[in-house]
Amino acid sequence: MATTVKDPVITTPPPPAKAGLSFLTSRLRQIGIFVALLVIVILFQALTGGRLLQSDNVSNIIVQNSYILLLAIGMVMIIVAGHIDLSVGSVAAFVGAMSGIMIQNWGFPWWVAFVGSLLIGAAVGAWQGFWVAYIGIPAFIVTLAGMLVFRGLTQIVLGNQRITGFPEEYRQLGGGFLFPGLFPPETNLLDWTTVILGVAAVVALVVTQLRGRATRARLKLEDEPASWFFTKLAFIAVIILGLTYLLAGSRSGTPIVLVVLGILIVAYSAVMSNSVFGRHIYARGGNLQAAQLSGINTKRIDFMLFVNMGVLAALAGLIFTGRLNSAGPGAGNLFELDAIAAAFIGGAAVTGGVGTVIGAITGGLIMGVLNNGMSLLGVGIDYQQFIKGMVLLLAVGFDVFNKRRASSALK
Amino acid sequence: MAENILRMRRITKTFPGVKALQDVNLDVARGEVHAICGENGAGKSTLMKVLSGVYPHGTYDGDIEFEGGIAEFKDIRDSEHSGIVIIHQELALSPYLSVAENIFLGNEREKRGFVNWNETNVEAAKLLRRVGLDLNPVVRAGDIGVGKQQLVEIAKALSKNVKLLILDEPTAALNDEDSAHLLGLVKGLREEGITSIIISHKLNEIREIADSVTILRDGQTIETLSLHDGSVSEERIIKGMVGRDMASRYPDRTPSIGEEVLRVEDWTVHHPQESSRVIVDSANLNVRAGEVVGIAGLMGAGRTELAMSVFGRSYGSNITGTLYKNGSPITAKTVSEAIRHGIAYATEDRKRYGLNLIDDIKRNISGAALGKLAKGGWVDSGREAVVAGDYRKSMNIKAPSVASITGKLSGGNQQKVVLSKWMFSDPDVLILDEPTRGIDVGAKYEIYTIINKLASAGKAVIVISSELPELLGICDRIYTLAEGRITADVPIDQATPELLMQYMTKEKD
Repeated sequence: MATTVKDPVITTPPPPAKAGLSFLTSRLRQIGIFVALLVIVILFQALTGGRLLQSDNVSNIIVQNSYILLLAIGMVMIIVAGHIDLSVGSVAAFVGAMSGIMIQNWGFPWWVAFVGSLLIGAAVGAWQGFWVAYIGIPAFIVTLAGMLVFRGLTQIVLGNQRITGFPEEYRQLGGGFLFPGLFPPETNLLDWTTVILGVAAVVALVVTQLRGRATRARLKLEDEPASWFFTKLAFIAVIILGLTYLLAGSRSGTPIVLVVLGILIVAYSAVMSNSVFGRHIYARGGNLQAAQLSGINTKRIDFMLFVNMGVLAALAGLIFTGRLNSAGPGAGNLFELDAIAAAFIGGAAVTGGVGTVIGAITGGLIMGVLNNGMSLLGVGIDYQQFIKGMVLLLAVGFDVFNKRRASSALK
Repeated sequence: MAENILRMRRITKTFPGVKALQDVNLDVARGEVHAICGENGAGKSTLMKVLSGVYPHGTYDGDIEFEGGIAEFKDIRDSEHSGIVIIHQELALSPYLSVAENIFLGNEREKRGFVNWNETNVEAAKLLRRVGLDLNPVVRAGDIGVGKQQLVEIAKALSKNVKLLILDEPTAALNDEDSAHLLGLVKGLREEGITSIIISHKLNEIREIADSVTILRDGQTIETLSLHDGSVSEERIIKGMVGRDMASRYPDRTPSIGEEVLRVEDWTVHHPQESSRVIVDSANLNVRAGEVVGIAGLMGAGRTELAMSVFGRSYGSNITGTLYKNGSPITAKTVSEAIRHGIAYATEDRKRYGLNLIDDIKRNISGAALGKLAKGGWVDSGREAVVAGDYRKSMNIKAPSVASITGKLSGGNQQKVVLSKWMFSDPDVLILDEPTRGIDVGAKYEIYTIINKLASAGKAVIVISSELPELLGICDRIYTLAEGRITADVPIDQATPELLMQYMTKEKD
């Protein structure tokens, strides 16, 4: 057979990396959320006459929102897979209550109660994951049921009484600070533990970022202009150092829960972007059928995600209980909605397949700063709810609008 | 010649990268049954979507004259208002609503916003009698059989004072008895003065009920034949459907065929929901190393179902039969087992089943064999990017970088990503389902070249295609499939489009 059609050749060379401003606009959707957080912080800093960024208040914002941020990590993973979890508030309350029972009624040492609590969280997650993954009931239904079931169980095991008087070690997780007496008090111009930690974090960040960039450059994969990369890096470093300075000047230094949260954010970001498991979550949420036809065990992924969420909810329950020094029947009410809102404000897609841990954390911080700033201003809970609702709607609306513009540009 | 109810003039419809219709003309006389024939992908359904306003005025070029005036339909409602009703191949009944509710859906018998249930049910019963259906109109649409559902669709069309009824493959899912009833009904409607357009692959049906037939091929009108005097044979229609110049559209290859790699024996597959319906009927086939084997069959013949059931039972229920890999029997009950046994399946619907469209090229390519790039559960993203970059070069994927989102690529480039993904899983057998669907001629040539390369690298390749010339151009051997049965195994030197089409339309004995 004669060949008249020529072998096609590459005619279009890959376009050079976009430079400067055009790169910035192309990244607008990704950085929009960080800009929004920054704007809100500056706004409330001005409105409150500088009270927002006072050392003790910053420390307070972190501790107050830590359990929501923790839940947001697990929630965004579930949402990326295309599910939802409405039960996390009830699960956190149930685990908090069980930890109280273990310590006060059964006389377990605090650390046994911790491990036991995390195991209970895993079991609860396995229970819900079983119904979602292997029976095929939508997560919305399973976790709506879970919300009622575990709220009910909380009230049953507590006999509708609160448990108070938790051991000192237990309470450290929610309300404690890192090595408060490590340095002699007379040297305490700043809390040196916090300073060391902050500087170490910045060094680690700069080193990993530069190494990553070098590797990408070696493989000719770098598409970020150097100006952009270094501006971004310097910006993040300044933010961390600023936060370090503020915390180091606060009464007690670094909250223990911030360290826990920091480790989890880094670890889960790595899991989501670089582990086989994380990548399968995105594949499952992006196109379920394609994932299944690629041999991915999507049921196992769904199951594992709920187990993970259960463990994180248990941890949130321990932190919350420790902070309040109390496990009550109404604890953790509406936590799930804050966590879900955080994930969506942070850019997760309702249809699944899209979302990042860092985005969800930023979304959670936006909600947290709004809460705190409005409280400082003396805005009533009524207006706070209204404003938070509108922020959620507008944030997701902005996202949808952006996507539509992007897809119509394709046509 | 009788007065024309419909004239479509120089209709041209383009999709990104593909010209689906080019200067198509169609004249339909008032009161006739007009058939439209063509291979899959010839443009029949697209033409009907233009006519019924699914593609609104302004998204195509050309004119539609209906009942003597120029029609510029904005949507389906608009065309239905003028009396054009289309009944799609996939029925559009709501299974949980009653038959009567379905008939008047969007057209409710109402008074001041409240549904008049008595009128709804009485009128529905009348319409059902008109289509020869003795059925209580309050039963749920999902509780009646496909044949009856098809008739309910026609009753629904009648409720809208239809002047031109379009039936897209109306008998594809029906048994013989239901088919006969439906065709009788279409004849009856002709007596009432209703014009029908019927799209069908079943040529004997067309010869039985149609007054004339228009043949489309590659998005162009080939000819319109009158069927009144009976001088037009099925062979004549087939010739119109398949005859075209096929020189030089396929790259050369000298096959070097080795040992048998995959054999499928006595393979029977049932419908996943209706487990009594046989979709694939004791199929036997094999493919050898370095061989390109084609599977030809019309829509609904069970091609994709056969392939997917072999690929880790990803389709069907009650599957029986045996798979042999390199001569020894294997079990592959899940997709990951099939992949482990070296089987790969590239789907016909790459957007729905093949790609994660919101993710980038490199992550799609690594999707089926991510484990190869991982150590202890952690993916080596650097190596992943290198692998993807290699495929981008060797497969000539035209994209700015391997970090480009696959949803933004053209069909041909998306297909190359899908093929890369399966090549990276390092299979011995590749089943390619409609590998060139919806991509332009230049990219098709590239895909054929890739298939040739795979074969000369010793892979066994199975190609499923609706385009006979394509199979004739690239295969060493072609199986024909009709109604779930393999009706022939034709060596390439004996294969002609006419012969294949005969086997593909071969009815059960």
